[in-house]
Amino acid sequence: MAIIVYLETENGNFKKTALEVSSYGRKLADEMKTNLYGITFNAVDPLKIQKYGVEKLINIKTDHVFNPKIYADLLCKNFNDLGGTIFITGSSADSRFIFPVVSISLDAAYATNVVEFPSSVSPLVLKRSVFTNKGFVFTELKTNKKIIGILNNSYGIHKSERKLEVKDYIPESIDSKLKVESVKEDKEKISIADAEIVVSGGRGLKGPENWTLIEDLAKILGAATACSKPVSDMGWRPHSEHVGQTGKPVASNLYIAIGVSGAIQHLAGINASKCKVVINNDPEAPFFKAADYGIVGDAFDVVPKLIDSLKKFKSR
Amino acid sequence: MKILVCISSVPDTTSRINFIENETRFDKSGIQYVINPNDEFGLTRAIWLKEKESCEVHVICVGKIDTDPILRKALAIGADQAFRVDTNPVDANQVAREISDFVKDKEYNLIIAGRESIDYNGGMVPGMIATLINANYVSNCVSLEVSQSNFKATRETDGGKEEISGTLPLVIGGQKGLVEESDLIIPNMRGIMMSRKKPLTIIEAKYQRCQTQTVKYEKLPPKGEVKLVNPEKIDDLIDLLHNEAKVI
Ligand SMILES: Cc1cc2nc3c(=O)[nH]c(=O)nc-3n(C[C@H](O)[C@H](O)[C@H](O)COP(=O)(O)OP(=O)(O)OC[C@H]3O[C@@H](n4cnc5c(N)ncnc54)[C@H](O)[C@@H]3O)c2cc1C
Ligand SMILES: Nc1ncnc2c1ncn2[C@@H]1O[C@H](COP(=O)(O)O)[C@@H](O)[C@H]1O
Repeated sequence: MAIIVYLETENGNFKKTALEVSSYGRKLADEMKTNLYGITFNAVDPLKIQKYGVEKLINIKTDHVFNPKIYADLLCKNFNDLGGTIFITGSSADSRFIFPVVSISLDAAYATNVVEFPSSVSPLVLKRSVFTNKGFVFTELKTNKKIIGILNNSYGIHKSERKLEVKDYIPESIDSKLKVESVKEDKEKISIADAEIVVSGGRGLKGPENWTLIEDLAKILGAATACSKPVSDMGWRPHSEHVGQTGKPVASNLYIAIGVSGAIQHLAGINASKCKVVINNDPEAPFFKAADYGIVGDAFDVVPKLIDSLKKFKSR
Repeated sequence: MKILVCISSVPDTTSRINFIENETRFDKSGIQYVINPNDEFGLTRAIWLKEKESCEVHVICVGKIDTDPILRKALAIGADQAFRVDTNPVDANQVAREISDFVKDKEYNLIIAGRESIDYNGGMVPGMIATLINANYVSNCVSLEVSQSNFKATRETDGGKEEISGTLPLVIGGQKGLVEESDLIIPNMRGIMMSRKKPLTIIEAKYQRCQTQTVKYEKLPPKGEVKLVNPEKIDDLIDLLHNEAKVI
């Protein structure tokens, strides 16, 4: 028996979610008095994960482009070889692509959107965000093998060093019915899923030409940019920035909404964020009821001032 | 070509969420149920494919009789036939197994499900079906073209997009982008009349085994009052974010 964490990499470096998943796994392994092992793909500096409590790491080396079936098969094989019972992963789009496949292959129940450390370890009961962040459910996983998918930024990163043994694993050539033809990633931009801070604009910004305000603010904060649904529907911003109940979910530490009214469908998708700030010229805007901090004012007046103040703050 | 669209029935997006019986059950009273928004995009995409080349569009829902209205709505939107697997599903695994069993010898070329349902937000059903029936699978699918036995799809990733191609059969987890909001087909009177004559077949459920169990629900913690900052004193906000919320 062992707890296995799937450690995602990007260009060979561990993603932040890998550190969070390890931290969670370490605590669970301690609680269950068992070992914590990891599986990763193409890590260039695998020893980096040692600080977060992983004791053995299988580093799968493959130049195969991402493909859920292949990745899932490799994960399952190594999970079984390591004697895994609980598999822990994050909630990136890739992980959500792979793990339903893993769940069937391992006959393991899979809980997604887990927001806390298990409320009970035996039986394993997990608190999950449901109804698009309008409530929580405690779900018991009843299968022998189990999968925990934790929501980004929900547990945090905690150091706990262990001695780490790294093993490379080189799979045989694999062929697949699915072909990834091309990948377009905007390397300059921080993705909403990975961001700790998200700056979001709504219809109150009047038009796409005013988005420099949002972008400048995001740049200073190292934040991702997002928008409300009508903004993407009107083509002011790309669909990939649409957040809310029917768009991308946001679980950042800080969410700043500018000229967004705070409709229930918008709030549902961003409610998992820890701290919410609203800037809106209408004091009656519903967002003020959901936010932690608010400024009643004209975005075109407030945001440039905020940018200036932040510049000063950052250079302090 | 044959297309199956998986439809889940979910509380309307404006619903207030309440729990009853000591927070062990979701309170359905007063809730308006709708076609899961992600599935609605997929359904319209399916109807468009049908208009382009001759194909049949079927819809399926795993649910009790209270989900019939949304299946009727799907028929009014343009699906040819509806199926309902008669059980109250407990988890994604059960739904995926029922649907996989249903499609076994029916030769669907394309199965369209949603990226996730907006009630339990599992995001698991399509990937599970694809695995169970050994079909190709594309999640977060924002565009889809099909020609003969091949497909080209676009998947939204966290940082961008991916173009994926392959052969049918294919299962997708679809979302906005498959068609746009303004393209969604709204049933007209004729569609509604016709939907009454279209077949809605009830299928007996086969899988009773569930992998999970709901222990209880919890509401969101009550939120404190918003702290308002004077727009003339922006530095106060930075101070709060830095020292109080500790987020910058
Ligand atoms: C099925 C369904 C699903 C939906 N899903 C989503 C979703 O996922 N995400 C989403 O966002 N929406 C969603 N919506 C839409 C949602 O109901 C709202 O219509 C939308 O969120 C409103 O966007 P907004 O806040 O940008 O625009 P508005 O509601 O028009 O608000 C603009 C705000 O800007 C303020 N403002 C105007 N000028 C200024 C200024 N100069 N300075 C500061 N503030 C200013 C106004 O006071 C107002 O509060 C959905 C709707 C439906 C029916
Ligand atoms: N009970 C159900 N009946 C039919 N399809 C479903 C059901 N539940 C989920 N689905 C499909 O699977 C998708 C993802 O659902 P989920 O995995 O529950 O988030 C939905 O968008 C539907 O297309």
